[in-house]
Amino acid sequence: MPDYAWPPAEQRRLLGKRIQRVDAPAKVSGEAKYTYDVHRPGMLYGKVLRCPHAAAKVVSVDISAAEKIPGVKAVHVVQGPGSTIHWEGDDVVAVAAVDESTAEDAIRAIKVKYQKLPHLVRDVEPPKGAVQQQGPLSLDDLDDMLDNQVPSREMVRQIQTNGITEKAEEDKLQELKADGADDEVLEAIRAAKVHPEASKRPKSNYQQAATQTLGDPDGALKNAEVVSEGLYGVPVITHCCLESHGSISEWTDREHLLTHISTQNVSGIPGQMAEPLEMPATNIRVHQDHIGGGFGSKFAPDRWGIFTAQISRKAGGKPVRIMLERDAELKVAGARPSAYARVKVGARKDGTLTAWQSQSWGTGGPGGGGMPPIPYVFNVPNQRKEHVAIANNIGPARAWRAPNHPQAAVLAMCALDDLAAKLNMDPVEFFGKNLELTKPRQDIYREELGIAADLMGWKQKWHPRTDVRGVAVRGVGLSLHTWGGRGHNSDCDLTIHPEGSVELKMGSQDLGTGTRTCILMVAADTLGIPMDAIQLMIGDTSYPPSGGSGGSTTIGGVTSSTRRAAVDARDALFARVAPALNAHPGDLECVEGTVRVKGDPSRSLSWKQACSKLGAMPLTVRGKNPDKSKPPDLSNSGVGGVQMAEVEVDTETGIVKVKKMVAVQDCGLVVDLTTAESQCYGALIMGISYSLFEEKIMDAASGRMLNADMSLYRLAGLSDIPELVVHMMTGKGYDERGVIGLGEPPVISPGAAISNAVANAIGVRVPYLPLTPDRVLAALDQKGAA
Amino acid sequence: MNDRNRPGAEPDDSGVSRRDFLRISGITAALPLVAGPKVVLAAGQEIPVHGPGKVAMEFSINGKTFKAQLEPRVTLLDALRDQFEITGAKRVCDRGECGACTVLLDNKPIYACSVLAIEAQKKPILTVESLMAEGKLHPVQQAFVENDASQCGFCTPGFVVACKSFLDRNPNPTAEDIRRGLSGNLCRCGTYHGIQKALAQAAQKGA
Repeated sequence: MPDYAWPPAEQRRLLGKRIQRVDAPAKVSGEAKYTYDVHRPGMLYGKVLRCPHAAAKVVSVDISAAEKIPGVKAVHVVQGPGSTIHWEGDDVVAVAAVDESTAEDAIRAIKVKYQKLPHLVRDVEPPKGAVQQQGPLSLDDLDDMLDNQVPSREMVRQIQTNGITEKAEEDKLQELKADGADDEVLEAIRAAKVHPEASKRPKSNYQQAATQTLGDPDGALKNAEVVSEGLYGVPVITHCCLESHGSISEWTDREHLLTHISTQNVSGIPGQMAEPLEMPATNIRVHQDHIGGGFGSKFAPDRWGIFTAQISRKAGGKPVRIMLERDAELKVAGARPSAYARVKVGARKDGTLTAWQSQSWGTGGPGGGGMPPIPYVFNVPNQRKEHVAIANNIGPARAWRAPNHPQAAVLAMCALDDLAAKLNMDPVEFFGKNLELTKPRQDIYREELGIAADLMGWKQKWHPRTDVRGVAVRGVGLSLHTWGGRGHNSDCDLTIHPEGSVELKMGSQDLGTGTRTCILMVAADTLGIPMDAIQLMIGDTSYPPSGGSGGSTTIGGVTSSTRRAAVDARDALFARVAPALNAHPGDLECVEGTVRVKGDPSRSLSWKQACSKLGAMPLTVRGKNPDKSKPPDLSNSGVGGVQMAEVEVDTETGIVKVKKMVAVQDCGLVVDLTTAESQCYGALIMGISYSLFEEKIMDAASGRMLNADMSLYRLAGLSDIPELVVHMMTGKGYDERGVIGLGEPPVISPGAAISNAVANAIGVRVPYLPLTPDRVLAALDQKGAA
Repeated sequence: MNDRNRPGAEPDDSGVSRRDFLRISGITAALPLVAGPKVVLAAGQEIPVHGPGKVAMEFSINGKTFKAQLEPRVTLLDALRDQFEITGAKRVCDRGECGACTVLLDNKPIYACSVLAIEAQKKPILTVESLMAEGKLHPVQQAFVENDASQCGFCTPGFVVACKSFLDRNPNPTAEDIRRGLSGNLCRCGTYHGIQKALAQAAQKGA
């Protein structure tokens, strides 16, 4: 059995060190090619006519004038008469033309008549009455769920719990399958109870999505010595990837498609394109060198990716490019679900948490939206939770870094912080006192809380909320977070050539997290050669399949399979080299570009000499991660992090400035300290952005997004960035757990930490993010009136 | 945004005021739709009118001459990217809000998405691709690499050009100068921390 285990600390030449990002030179010089930069010979430019209404039926579509415009090569009706539109900006007709301007002219020449339907885009008010117990699902409901990418596990749960309204015939099941239903969902539909009477029931926008009770919440609240009640919330925000969604597709012959696509999921794209295009996945090649941001919104080819390929076919196979315009990117290409809650928490006088009660609601667009994992991190002994999912026309939701966790952190950490204030306790002391409820991570959090408090200078900065004087007031706040992050399946081929060159192929992608760098570090550390002696090829479906980069699963996946491949290749090389060194293969090691006998450096071959022992043929080994059912070895799951924020609030203007943030983060064994720290810095900055500025602002009357551009959908700029301190937990207690993902965890806490800091500064809670001046002033007014 | 160095903050020197333009628009609407420059009288001046068909244009980009037939409505950014395949400048907001398309026009940083190609003729255009010399990164680029100032990298070329131009004008910036001077460029991954450090380092080395 080969020994894949990570080398002990003293033998790590690269692992855990600060290593420069390998693709940084390409990125700073403009040489890095993104999907948007791909320019194929004869390429046509696609544009999309989008529905201006939030809810409408398409009555008629007239494309005749557009087709006659010189230079227009294809016009494709995406949603024809009879189609129902569920959000503003949904695609109706797509065109391809010789240049963008001509495509724009063609779009303007298309006439579409709509019948407007009633819409709902608001989600901020708690549902009044009219909450519907979730009932049996119609086949249309199931179709909608597939359209809205509801995970199959959740679909199965709902089908089993609620039943369906009509029996599904086999041809209907096949339709659902074509729309993306997997076998488990189809099986659940076949087995579901049928309730035909329920089909008559009018559907409410407000569906009771969860009711959960643990222990005795009523008794615990009654007996609690201190109870705090408050309102908290996070609106829908967008992903706003700087490289918008899109692809360039071309038919290299009648049966083969080449797609350049901006994606987090290179290996997973052909399987999703095959059925809608009615072709085998084997005939679809996907390629991507670099991606300009995904954040959870780029796992699917999307409908526009499918019709880009269809338009290309209509245009005789010529390459067609459709990259979304910025307004479309903000309206239709992904959003994070909202979450709001009225929370009541109870504790004993000494600060021991005893009770949690929450009524929460939120929307993920037409699909409703699930309950965030509250109470977050702290498993309060007595709980009652009710959640209402609002199905509305705000647009489709997608996974957004750490799905549901930033919302959960705001709802829970702010409620607990208010309770601490009511107890007149320092939150560090209060959270510290209840760490037993964070099992099994209480020791990690305890250590991190102490480090964070020191780095923030918490003791000097924290003050009771009652102690607020002056115009520019300061305060500090904190939050805790957790995430899973075990490595995904990720195959790779590592080849050693007889002349000494090494290549590694993997169908993965580097989102800017440093994936390329980390793969090379692991391979180079294992083979004892420099990183630049290995040629790494990723981003193509002709390489072994590697999982989508989501849920912080990439680093654990790619480093684990790379380590396996490199160890196997090294051991195979040892077997060929051993006779020349007159040694047993097990006595050899790869160090500093040599293969030598352990403990006897005089018996040594250079890397090149050693590889020449391979003979004529190169040596290729496949790296493959163990099945998920087996306990993890090189990768692991479950991290803890603590963040603290210091803010200054101008009580006359309501403007919040973040002055300092501290992130103390665990991710098991750190691979590259440089890019790991950068993940945390970036997450803090993204967190400041969504805490202070970001919100998908909808017009209730028209149902349209009011800020679908980058001046009104504001991202934090350089001048909004305060002093940032990042501390990665390393060494004993951390390294031996293996590699764990880091993309999600550090982006979870900023909202709660900053909100808590503002509450500490001004002495009152601003209920909802973003903490805009109007909201801060409103909270101050209310405090003044109280 | 408080940004005295915001690219494109100064009006472009096209010789046509907005009011003139409105008058010209009124005149051209009555003209037959043929390509090639026409001369019309507007505000007492003879103004050449191009388009709406394709017009022969010539550019000086990174020291080389580029020629193309383009409609006057084509932006400099689209000409660079789609016509000449110079793709360092990125198209993100396409309306002068994010800075990802920053290039130097006549040595001034501008948002290439908000300048018409036809107006960028006869002036030297420098893109991020021009900064490397003899295969070596420009000191600003090198500082970006050493301070891990890029993640996905899509905003990076615009930032690099803006930083280079900023340092040319402010060789000894304070931290506050940097915060204000680079606020015309936006990043989504959150690389500002690295960019601040990179700029400070490049300034210290006299980039």
